[in-house]
Amino acid sequence: MRSENKLLSFSVVTAVLTALIFPVLVNAQVLHEERSVYRDITVAQNGNRRCLVFNVLRGDRNQTCLDMNDKDRLVFTYTKMSFAGLLLTPSPKNILVAGLGGGTIPMAMNELFPDATIDIVEIDQAVVNVAKDYFFFEENEKMKVSINDARVFVKRAGILGKKYDYIILDAFGGDYIPEHLLTQEFLEEVKLIMSPDAVLVANTFSTSRFYDHESVTYQQVFNEFFNFKLPSSGNRIIMTQLGPLPPRGTLASAAQQIAPSLEKYGVPLLEYPNKLSTRVDWDMSRRVLTDQYAPANLLREN
Amino acid sequence: MAPYFGGSLSVWGSIITIFMVALSIGYLLGGKLSTRNPSPVTYGMFFIAAAIFSLPIILFADNIMRPIFMAIEDPRYGSLLASILLYLVPTSILGMISPYSIRLLVQTQEHSGHMAGMLFFISTMGSAAGTLGTSFYFVLWFEVNQILWGSVAALLAAGCVVLLASYMLEKSAPQGSAKATAK
Repeated sequence: MRSENKLLSFSVVTAVLTALIFPVLVNAQVLHEERSVYRDITVAQNGNRRCLVFNVLRGDRNQTCLDMNDKDRLVFTYTKMSFAGLLLTPSPKNILVAGLGGGTIPMAMNELFPDATIDIVEIDQAVVNVAKDYFFFEENEKMKVSINDARVFVKRAGILGKKYDYIILDAFGGDYIPEHLLTQEFLEEVKLIMSPDAVLVANTFSTSRFYDHESVTYQQVFNEFFNFKLPSSGNRIIMTQLGPLPPRGTLASAAQQIAPSLEKYGVPLLEYPNKLSTRVDWDMSRRVLTDQYAPANLLREN
Repeated sequence: MAPYFGGSLSVWGSIITIFMVALSIGYLLGGKLSTRNPSPVTYGMFFIAAAIFSLPIILFADNIMRPIFMAIEDPRYGSLLASILLYLVPTSILGMISPYSIRLLVQTQEHSGHMAGMLFFISTMGSAAGTLGTSFYFVLWFEVNQILWGSVAALLAAGCVVLLASYMLEKSAPQGSAKATAK
């Protein structure tokens, strides 16, 4: 009995370790490899799950996965979480997505809101090619990709007086968000292109030495934000708007209305309002990240 | 640069290109100048001029980059032009220091290679230390402008030391200095 237990726990430990060490490419069939000036991109398929993998120094990282049997269903928790912004802005008309990945978020948005204009800004042409060839991403009348740095795109949009009511920041470089997209000045520029009823949805990590700095910086620019974390994901979504945040009751009734339309994407919107927190769980004494002080490369190592 | 032109590979490319071009121009001009009546005073002035021409990087960076951003949509050429306006002059002046130093240090033909080697060693080692210090530590401790002010202060200090030393040398041993200048 005891040895059986031991055996069991041994196999569990082995399974967990294997899962940790070979997270992505084991048993997966590589469909495509693309070299770009920024990174190596691999498209791999494991069973019916097809993933976009960026090869970075610290190991492979899945950017987007697609369930080939049910292409609408979003695979990643954080991708689903980015739809929580609809609780604040239920029917966006001008959407900006920074960072394309496999294009699953903008495609779902395009399907949900066919009349909305969707601008996507992606720095890497190779990512766009792969999204089109392997992830069924297509540009159309309403949805266009600009090959540009998000910072440059946002600054120019601000000067041109463009406004968006749903902004998703999901631009990841080598292994984190590029530092010029984390600073107070950048967020001020984002603020300039937000319409009065706009929501900003930023995808970040919940575990990094950045966490405190990031939180302090968003707080500095937006006063308050919803901190959205789920146990099943290492991501933390920051969600905010220009005016004061609505009470939870409003969010719950918004969730009731919108949830049915998100069902086919597998987004459990009804569960989200209770998970949105405004509690400060970071070190308030940390320095605000600015263009003058954003040593991302150093913080990342810890 | 990143706030205006982003952090794409081409932006790094423009900055590095302009530094290389500026240094080559500086080497050429510095070498040329060293043939005409080389003196430690001129040498000291290089440091001070470099410090002064570095000031726009700190004081007017936004004023210089904003109109470029407005006028040129392609961040590659925007960053190239911004690099030229911000870095070309101060970096060229810094490039003049090396060949001029060789001229001042070399006494005889036999040990000219030795001196040049020594100088390349010091300057490249200094660059390595500066790169390491900045990228590993300074960016964590200071703001970018504080680091730049530090460089300006160091250049001014070096210039003053050179000027002071040449002044003292002239005072204490006028013949020695005259010899150096005559040569």
